[in-house]
Amino acid sequence: MNKTNTVRREPLTDAALLMIITIGIFFGMYILAMIFLGGGFLRAQQVIDMLNDNVSLIIVSCGLTIVMIGGGIDISVGAVTSLVVMSCVLYLNNGGNIFVSILLALGIGLAFGAVQGFLISYLEIQPFIVTLAGMFFARGFTTILSVNPQKVAHEGFEKLRGTKIEIDLLGYTANNGNRVPARIELGVIVALLCVIAIFILLKYFRLGRSFYAIGGNQQSALMLGINVKRTRFMSYLICGLLSGISGYVFMMHTGAGNATNASGMEMNAIASSIIGGTLLTGGVGNVIGTFFGTLSLTTIKKIVVASGLNDPWWQSITTGGMLCFFILLQSVVLSRRAKKKKAK
Amino acid sequence: MQNEVLLQMRHITKKFPGVLALNNVDFTLRKGEIHALMGENGAGKSTLIKILTGVYQMDEGEVTVEGQPVIIRSPQDAQKGGISTVYQEITLCPNLTVAENMFIGRDEGMIVRQKERIKRSDEILTSLGIPARAKQQLGSCSLAVQQMVAIARAVDMQCKVLILDEPTSSLDDNEVNMLFGLMRDLRKKGVGIIFVTHFLEQVYEVCDRITVLRNGELVGEYLTQDLPQVELVAKMIGKELDELSSMGDTEGKEEAKKEVFYEASGLFSSDALPFDFSIRKGEVNGFTGLLGSGRSESVRAIFGADKVGGGSVKIKGEPVKITKPIEAMKHGIGYLAEDRKRDGIIAELSVRENIILALQVLNGIFKPISRSESEAFADEYIKALNIKTASRETPVGSLSGGNQQKVILARWLLTHPDYLILDEPTRGIDVGTKLEIQKLVLKLADEGVSVTFISSEIEEMLRTCSRLIVMRDRHIVGELKGQDLNQAQVMKTIAGGES
Repeated sequence: MNKTNTVRREPLTDAALLMIITIGIFFGMYILAMIFLGGGFLRAQQVIDMLNDNVSLIIVSCGLTIVMIGGGIDISVGAVTSLVVMSCVLYLNNGGNIFVSILLALGIGLAFGAVQGFLISYLEIQPFIVTLAGMFFARGFTTILSVNPQKVAHEGFEKLRGTKIEIDLLGYTANNGNRVPARIELGVIVALLCVIAIFILLKYFRLGRSFYAIGGNQQSALMLGINVKRTRFMSYLICGLLSGISGYVFMMHTGAGNATNASGMEMNAIASSIIGGTLLTGGVGNVIGTFFGTLSLTTIKKIVVASGLNDPWWQSITTGGMLCFFILLQSVVLSRRAKKKKAK
Repeated sequence: MQNEVLLQMRHITKKFPGVLALNNVDFTLRKGEIHALMGENGAGKSTLIKILTGVYQMDEGEVTVEGQPVIIRSPQDAQKGGISTVYQEITLCPNLTVAENMFIGRDEGMIVRQKERIKRSDEILTSLGIPARAKQQLGSCSLAVQQMVAIARAVDMQCKVLILDEPTSSLDDNEVNMLFGLMRDLRKKGVGIIFVTHFLEQVYEVCDRITVLRNGELVGEYLTQDLPQVELVAKMIGKELDELSSMGDTEGKEEAKKEVFYEASGLFSSDALPFDFSIRKGEVNGFTGLLGSGRSESVRAIFGADKVGGGSVKIKGEPVKITKPIEAMKHGIGYLAEDRKRDGIIAELSVRENIILALQVLNGIFKPISRSESEAFADEYIKALNIKTASRETPVGSLSGGNQQKVILARWLLTHPDYLILDEPTRGIDVGTKLEIQKLVLKLADEGVSVTFISSEIEEMLRTCSRLIVMRDRHIVGELKGQDLNQAQVMKTIAGGES
């Protein structure tokens, strides 16, 4: 074979292409906001706050990305998050131990993931139905635990919650001349670790690659010798685990439990995944894209608010518009590629 | 080496609801042989293969590999037991890279060693001469290349038994030869290959032995050199041998001097370049050309299945506009699509529901076909076309390919079309059913129905068509009839005169 010295670059995969588009749009949007709106957007704290306020969403979005890559859907994540928050708050307020409360959070998440995963994978019930039931179940259970909002009153936990990483370099000087350092909550570290861990899982682990295979073509995956049922089960289990983690960091962020916590978060998570380049049809997606998808969603909301459109519906409308735009973009990009291939 | 038994299947029986798919079948594969598994549709070939690969579990019988009894409950079990399969339909993941498709699902650690995979894949692809790159997304390769990647995967798995289930149906001659070279190499290495195909010539080109199944029963095992082709066909289809040879050249071939039924000029669509075309009442003509020459795209434009760009169409001399399938149907045109699974059957619906589909659409939703009426229709066509199904309420997806095709044919016949377009109606189905379909086409023509017939097998087209339209590179390059209608001339036209 004739080997030349020039390294031949492979064309991007669909997933990579969609992810790059998302990242590009996020930075584009943010830079435009910096230029035209200035103010808060010029401070590093703005970005850090976007992370601080959305740690839960980032984590459940990672979970949804996994499930969606595997060709499924999980709409119970928001409700499970809420259940975890309420359970842990009550446990801590009854004199619980922090370490055990973490285990409790992970346990609830895993339990939901395991039961839903079992029903979906082994009994082959529609994922939408199963997780819809899971969602109602978790929401109902949260309300049974407490109808009224519950604030955490636990010394150890308050200490943990109060722990923030302060970086002076990224801070700013307030109007009164005081230096305000940038504050990063612990939850952000957890969320970033989750993103990195899932990224590695999806890219380098056998299990991760199997998610793509079953989402790409279930029948083929089976023929290629992949244990489809177990793989699908694992996708829901991991998603459940992430919901548990999400609940815990949610509590660390708000310090209180409320039956309406994280309502609608599952939909925001689906939106983040899709904006990040995950296809609802399965087989394509990337958790880095999802991370930037979450940031893009948050940015556009911030932009809406900064533009003076304070009413909450404006955020919904822009989110809807953005989702539409991304889906259109995806379908245009992918169909153009398909045509190109055909032309060859 | 050839006498050492590698795989033995004994007394295999498999029942499906209402159908005995395999009845006490034996099959023996020796080391270093290529063994053809032949039979009509519904003969039980696929079932036997699926039992061997763990997709189905047998009800009775035993399987031994190198003398050891094996129990195969899943494709993984089969792989571990050294049995690899390359299927007719591509069973790889188009969203993954070529390298991943070659290595995923095989025993290894928790962590994927990408670099090693890519290096190894490139080596294998190069050594087998497969024009794909390891890092390429599989979906961006042609179907033929995807097929070869599947074979490369099996080869690399050091399989003892390699099952090739219709591997050649999407390959061109060059690629088929490449595959055969590969098969012979593997034979030398002692691999036992089970080769399932409908192409008889290919069987005689590479196979050492032939096992024939019919109606779920074993007909026999033969050495290829001891079994002439005619006899093989006889064994496969049983009684119909006489008809096969007597179906002569003359039948239905006289040029019908009847009125023109359909006429198009300058018709083009999103996928087809402008072309002129006409067909007479009761005429059978064919579009031929290589895959991708535009033959399917042209008939899809006639039916309005793709976005029609322009051109004028006349039916019985009257100008009409056909831009959607429903408009074509209202003018008495039926179209049996090339891709049966995607554009033809609705697998979950019953045979009856699939049959009445087109008629119901034509009637509109306000004129539902009554249950008893539809049952009568279904029974009539199940009988008329000899559709092998457990009952009229059986989901079509569980029927064999040839019978699925007959169901779709029944669907169109029920609408009593004036003009029927059949795009590859005989692809991937057995000799017996092929014959039945060819006879049906000629019978329809006798009754005054115009038929356009597309097939990859030129011989079949020569037997049925009185006029052949030859396409190359999306243009019509010739029209053959009468004296010119012979294999040599067709080949020459397809290949192109200039060199």
